[in-house]
Amino acid sequence: MADKRTALYPIHQKLGAKLIPFGGWTMPVEYSGISKEHTAVRTVAGLFDVSHMGEFEITGPQALDLVQSVTSNDASRLVDGQAQYSVLPTREGTAVDDLLVYRYSNERFMLVVNAANIEKDFAWIQSHNSFNAAISDVSNETGLLALQGPRAVEILKSLTPVAIESIEPYHFASGPVLGVDATISRTGYTGEDGFELYFPATHSEVLWNGILAAGQSAGLLPAGLGARNTLRLEARLLLYGNDLDEATPLFEAGLGWVVKLDKGEFVGRDALLQQKAGGIGRKLVGFQMLDRDIARDHYPVHIDGKEAGHVTSGSPSITLKKNIGLTYVPVAHSANGTRIEVLVRGRACGAEVVPTPFYKRSDA
Amino acid sequence: MNPEGLLYTKEHEWIRIAGDTGTVGITDHAQDELGDVVFVELPKAGDKVAAGKPLGTIESVKAVSEIYCPVTGEITEVNTSLVDAPETVNADPYGKGWLVRLRIESSSREGLLSAKQYEEYVGN
Repeated sequence: MADKRTALYPIHQKLGAKLIPFGGWTMPVEYSGISKEHTAVRTVAGLFDVSHMGEFEITGPQALDLVQSVTSNDASRLVDGQAQYSVLPTREGTAVDDLLVYRYSNERFMLVVNAANIEKDFAWIQSHNSFNAAISDVSNETGLLALQGPRAVEILKSLTPVAIESIEPYHFASGPVLGVDATISRTGYTGEDGFELYFPATHSEVLWNGILAAGQSAGLLPAGLGARNTLRLEARLLLYGNDLDEATPLFEAGLGWVVKLDKGEFVGRDALLQQKAGGIGRKLVGFQMLDRDIARDHYPVHIDGKEAGHVTSGSPSITLKKNIGLTYVPVAHSANGTRIEVLVRGRACGAEVVPTPFYKRSDA
Repeated sequence: MNPEGLLYTKEHEWIRIAGDTGTVGITDHAQDELGDVVFVELPKAGDKVAAGKPLGTIESVKAVSEIYCPVTGEITEVNTSLVDAPETVNADPYGKGWLVRLRIESSSREGLLSAKQYEEYVGN
């Protein structure tokens, strides 16, 4: 099956983007260069087309009940116009996917899931829908742009009558941007301030071109999945399929903070109760290479000369100018300062467990 | 854009031959495909290298790529400035971004392309 394309595919081509397959999609990995785009997001702003992400609408009198029964965080704590990070747990207490839950009203929620998992998640949620709630996959009709960086507010402000500067983190407002009805969400996947805009995909070009034009003088750049990955890793935001999957217990991934065991029954709760009570064997930690060697995804990790796991995400950190990564290690070896080794092309290279996030913006 | 007078490999290296000395680098096409180069791992002076065999590794932010040796010989010099400034490979792939010099020990030029042949190859 041919890879899917977002509505902006012809524009990415015109901009000279390098296009790569990603989760069943052909997506821009970079335009002007990953380092340049990464730095633009940290210092000015970057604009990402992430329309490949999946969106489900859950509506009806028992919409909240369905959301509560399939997600691990407590969606009953959300007010209208608020969003939360959450997980769809398996019955074994691992992850079907991680996601964002948006509450428009008590009877209307939006779930935002990873592109590669759209079909799987939809089938999963449907199979657990014993409630008076309807679930509809609106992924194809929904465009999603992420405007991320310290000057995102200033750039977006000129394009909408909505008082966007007063939208709190993990909250959203609905209103026109460049005349297009959008959900304006103060969220992101970069560790910077910024917004994610959801809107009818047919208006993608108007928004993409309009936002880029508005930010041009400030230094806003189109940014691809390459920079998105280096940015999210510095901020220790997990990537499903790398750092998290159906084999990783949520407490080992450090996701205990989105597991609300006291909220009532939900899929995976029994397993997660046991996980919490029994303690965890491994833990996801950040590490930094001691020399110039670069740890990459899947490279083996050794502790005391023995194979202990593998790098789940590894990359140069463009902001820190160090080489960083994430890996699961036995809890006994998870303290900051613990020495580990990453096998780079068969050579054991020293690394050290370090605190995460690797990067935190100064005003956060 | 690919200088005349150099020979090219299908793995996107170039070699400039003067007498029995060869200077090796990667092509403009290769650096563009790789993106921002952040790390270059090269052999040491005195190491023997063989045509078609790995010469070293070049890494961009996103990717790891092997460099293959265009000819057989012995390394005489390594571009150590790339250790601290690997981005030179992007900025000047045919000049300051050269990788190694070697003493050529075999007259075989098997598999090497002219600039024109290489351009046709990349165009395909």
